[in-house]
Amino acid sequence: MQGSRSETQKLKSLLSLRTDPGSRYLVVLLAALIGFFSLILPGQFFRTANLQSIAFQVPELGLLSVAMMIPMLSGGINLAIIATANLTGILTAFILTRFIPAGAAGAVPILVIVTALAMGLALSFLIGLLNGWIIAYLGVSPILATLGTMTLIEGINMASTKGYVISGLPEPVLFIGNGVVAGIPMPILVFALSAFLVALVLRRTPLGVSIYMMGSNEKATLFSGIDIRRVILKIYSLSGLLCGVAAIIMISRFNSAKAGYASSYLLVTILAAVLGGVDPFGGFGKMLGLILALLILQVISSGLNLLGMSAHLAIALWGGILIFVLFVNLLRERLARIKV
Amino acid sequence: MKLRAGRFLKSTEFYLFLVIAGIMVFLTVLTEDFFSVENLFDVLMSYSFLGVMAVGLLVVLISGGIDISFTATATVAQYVMATTLIRHGGGWWLTFLIPIAIGITLGAMNALLIYSLRVHSIIITIATLNIFYGVLIFLTGGKWIYNFPDWFAQGLSLFDFAAASGKIYSFSLSIIVLVAAIAITGFILNKTSVGRQIYAMGGNTEAAKRVGFNLLGLHFFVYCYMGFLAGTAGLVQAQLVQTVAPNSMVGRELEVVAAVVLGGASLAGGAGTLLGTVLGVALIAIMSNGLTLMGVSSYWHQVVIGLIILGSVSITAFNRKREEKRHAGIEV
Repeated sequence: MQGSRSETQKLKSLLSLRTDPGSRYLVVLLAALIGFFSLILPGQFFRTANLQSIAFQVPELGLLSVAMMIPMLSGGINLAIIATANLTGILTAFILTRFIPAGAAGAVPILVIVTALAMGLALSFLIGLLNGWIIAYLGVSPILATLGTMTLIEGINMASTKGYVISGLPEPVLFIGNGVVAGIPMPILVFALSAFLVALVLRRTPLGVSIYMMGSNEKATLFSGIDIRRVILKIYSLSGLLCGVAAIIMISRFNSAKAGYASSYLLVTILAAVLGGVDPFGGFGKMLGLILALLILQVISSGLNLLGMSAHLAIALWGGILIFVLFVNLLRERLARIKV
Repeated sequence: MKLRAGRFLKSTEFYLFLVIAGIMVFLTVLTEDFFSVENLFDVLMSYSFLGVMAVGLLVVLISGGIDISFTATATVAQYVMATTLIRHGGGWWLTFLIPIAIGITLGAMNALLIYSLRVHSIIITIATLNIFYGVLIFLTGGKWIYNFPDWFAQGLSLFDFAAASGKIYSFSLSIIVLVAAIAITGFILNKTSVGRQIYAMGGNTEAAKRVGFNLLGLHFFVYCYMGFLAGTAGLVQAQLVQTVAPNSMVGRELEVVAAVVLGGASLAGGAGTLLGTVLGVALIAIMSNGLTLMGVSSYWHQVVIGLIILGSVSITAFNRKREEKRHAGIEV
């Protein structure tokens, strides 16, 4: 009897539902939205096709949101995520479309593909490292540093492509964004793995502890003997690397790379992170909350899409939902204070 | 007086002034067209609406907040204005009244949400940006608007003059609005009690509250003023290009933030000057114009601007760090 109770407690705390009332509200909200859409769209919302399209759409925004969330947890921000992803995508697509000899078969294309992906990821990591270096060693505030690198990298993206699209990627690369393994779309597998690894880093490693500590009190973290500058370097390179992963999925889904892809996602990633319970000043926020927030956003846009409404109504509703959740949070805090 | 001059020589404004002066001399020597009335007027006209929004954003930054939604506000304002003018007609007073009323209303919504939800303004205004813009496109379908009435196409002008080339230039709507926005903002920030209260609130909100400032009132003032200028900027931009395209301004909000920050305003609040902001916008405007005149492809403009922003914020931060080290001590 006791054993089973502690088991459920363990499960609950693993899902952080017990420790994190915010996530509980998000679960309720998500359930309500799903219930609403399956009622007014009987037989359509729960169709495999719709669920699969959700599974194809969440990962891009999801990976970029995780890339935004990590710096936010430390009290920083990374405004360069979209620019980083696009530059990575452009480099990878450039190598993929130029260096595979026509009609080549066997090892050569595979080698080029592996090189292209590795170079892309390495580039995204380096951009992140540059952001981290500017913030940690020059002492520029994260918002200004990444505003600068964002402008610079967007410029490089435009200048290097002249606004053209690089398209026509090889078949194996397309599989990453469009393939299905055992009924599960590839992008969601990549996202799940990345989210799991990041959650592990955040909750089980010294780096994770340092990130949360920095977000709560940077000076105290410094005086407790943690080399903040190295932590910042790691935060932003990890953030950059995640943009690289997002870029690979993005170019594979679009079968192309271009300077302005996903530019409207920048502010949406911040919105998703805050909706998921990430404190904009750092220190608080969990992967589960972010994933719930992403699902809420995607359910809204898929549901409205099935209803034949414009995608822009979904964008407006995203903003509305965020304000609603912030309002509920405020009420909850007030009630808690009255109870005490 | 001596102290003031000394401080000015160390200020961001002075460095910016030097950089701009340097670039202007360079461009005047290198290109024929830069230092001409025509060109400088064109630059002034085409950057006027960005300047107006930057001035409004400066006030928000000084108050310790930030507004991301102003591009959406401006777009909503110009959309409603254009639709009304074309469908129902109207004169100049209506042309000004509509965008200003819309700007102030949307600004008031921001202020109310920021104050009552106690969440940082960047989060609220990201949400309201999505709401304003999403609802606008949902209701209008995102159609472009052309065919304005003739009097709107002709614009307003205080006085005209003929340039050396014989082309007529006028002290037109964009320039009138820009000058007025700078003058009014300068007056509010430096000569009124509200202005000083805004600085105080940005410097230390808690202290401002305990002194007994009306924080709700100040929030309303700051965000409504931003909305007022954003609406006016929407009008100016629509008049300049004679088109209302819903995606022409949204997405450029961080560009304006960059210009204001370049001018030395602090994102932490409490610091920033009007002169700095004007110089920040001027630097970006002159740089872009200069690159165009030198025949550099417009694709490279943003690379240069990015480098300028990075260089400027890095130098500022590095200097501050060195300064802190020199005065290092144990603070408890």
